[in-house]
Amino acid sequence: MTIHWTAVYVLWRREMTRYLRAKSRIIGSLAMPVFFLAFLGLGFRRMAIPGLESGSDYIGFLAPGIIGMTLLFSSSMQGMSVLWDKEFGFLKEIMVAPVSRVSLVLGRIAGGATTSMIQAFLILGTSMAMGFRPRGVTALAFSLVFMLLISFTFIGLGLVFASRMKDMQGFGIVMNFIIFPFFFLSGALTPLENFPWAIRAFSYADPLTYGVDGLRAVLVGQSSLPVALNLALMVISALIMILLGAYFFEKSEGA
Amino acid sequence: MDAIRVENLVKTFNGFTAVNSISFSVSEGELFGLLGPNGAGKTTTINVLATLLRPTSGKAVVAGFDVSVNRDGVRKSIGVVFQEPALDSRLTGRENLEFHTMMYGIGKAERRRRIDEVLALVELTDKAGTLVENYSGGMKRRLEIARGLTHRPKVLFLDEPTLGLDTQTRRHIWDYIRKLNEEAGVTIILTTHYMEEADFLCGRIAIMDNGSFAAIDKPSVLKDTLGGDVVSLELEGNPALFIEELGREDWIKRSNLHDGVLSLTMEKAERRIPDLVMRAQQKGLNVSSVNLHKPSLEDVFLQYTGRTIREQEANASERNRTMMMAHGRRLR
Repeated sequence: MTIHWTAVYVLWRREMTRYLRAKSRIIGSLAMPVFFLAFLGLGFRRMAIPGLESGSDYIGFLAPGIIGMTLLFSSSMQGMSVLWDKEFGFLKEIMVAPVSRVSLVLGRIAGGATTSMIQAFLILGTSMAMGFRPRGVTALAFSLVFMLLISFTFIGLGLVFASRMKDMQGFGIVMNFIIFPFFFLSGALTPLENFPWAIRAFSYADPLTYGVDGLRAVLVGQSSLPVALNLALMVISALIMILLGAYFFEKSEGA
Repeated sequence: MDAIRVENLVKTFNGFTAVNSISFSVSEGELFGLLGPNGAGKTTTINVLATLLRPTSGKAVVAGFDVSVNRDGVRKSIGVVFQEPALDSRLTGRENLEFHTMMYGIGKAERRRRIDEVLALVELTDKAGTLVENYSGGMKRRLEIARGLTHRPKVLFLDEPTLGLDTQTRRHIWDYIRKLNEEAGVTIILTTHYMEEADFLCGRIAIMDNGSFAAIDKPSVLKDTLGGDVVSLELEGNPALFIEELGREDWIKRSNLHDGVLSLTMEKAERRIPDLVMRAQQKGLNVSSVNLHKPSLEDVFLQYTGRTIREQEANASERNRTMMMAHGRRLR
């Protein structure tokens, strides 16, 4: 299967141009994670959270979770941009171009991953301004790997949904009923150990759980599972979701 | 070589037959039109030829490539201007063209040259740096036509190129289309439900109705087959006897009663009108209006399908609604 790199590049560049032009979109998508950070971070600052080691501050626990949340939302929103193109006709222009469908999927992934990484970095910066202290530069570099894997996983998911849907309204429903549970189940806000077993079972089926736990392990040195396990599971989930996303995207639009 | 060859092409959606076994071919350099009401199957035909839909059965070859087998071959050889705008409104005109030319793998220097060239052709050079969301309908259309040309396609598909545009812009776009076809030698297939557009532009047209072709020929030939001028008499009363009497006259080539209007085709119609009116009155009919006109494609359409294109349109939109409802149910 041939990959047309120019096509991948131009799709990526289009995404960047659109992203940088939509200032309100950037601010809008940052608002929620910043509120979470600010109100939960400050509100629970002095509270002892069961399951957290005493002496560790809540912001150290919360910040990796909110970074995961930012990646979850902005990556799955990539599906929205496919629906947007469908709604405004631009998808046809893309579909009649003489490039392999794989290149189209790769271009979408590259664009989505870059924008969500930018968002995640803005949140990381904000949390550091609020007192979050990662362990060092190598920790930050290593956290990139987890961020990318989370991003790939949920771009794949977004593409699956976008391919099955006709318009943008349906996507809002998906966001509420699927994406939010992914977020809450992942233990981004509270330690998993506090959930009853029935709920924890779902948490362990949620890829974001391993992404957030991996980010915590790397950034603050605390995690409930070993880093290597988190990493392995995230690699697997990213691969599966990207392949599923590509498969559905190709099937729906190549028809 | 034929630019397009279609054999028994069929496209169905959930049991609804949008294109019903059409066959035709278009030679290189031709300007070919698909004329018909909305819902006749024109856009579906174009979408199949442009590889956006797969044919249900039958064969279609575009620029030497089979649309079911060598899709990339087809995609490289064609340009498409869709009925609905397919521009990214958050990009500027130039950025839209750049996106397109890069997708088609055109090198940087060549890209710049061609973009400038097509922008000048459609007179959008001044507006190239403006976001497309600030373009008027006519400007968007011109930009899309320009875009369809940047990669020098062998075959250009134009789906309702002037739909919803004002008369002046429409004239402009007609001129571009002609120029393209005559000077650049691009084979053009356009769909339209405007009679005068098909008549003015196309070397050959296919009249499409309910998914199949009713006739296919040069506009002048189609009009000539009607045999002369058309006199339309609006009658009050029962015209049965009158029509019977006229049926015995050999100078009346054709007659067609539709909605109380009797259309008669004949040579030198202006000399026959007084006689016709008198005879109608003798049969106890009241002639409330008389209209004489040279045959238009509208008459051709009426002749081949038994209806006017407007009536067909009302029908088709009814059909489309039912189809869309069926479609919606499937998705839910």
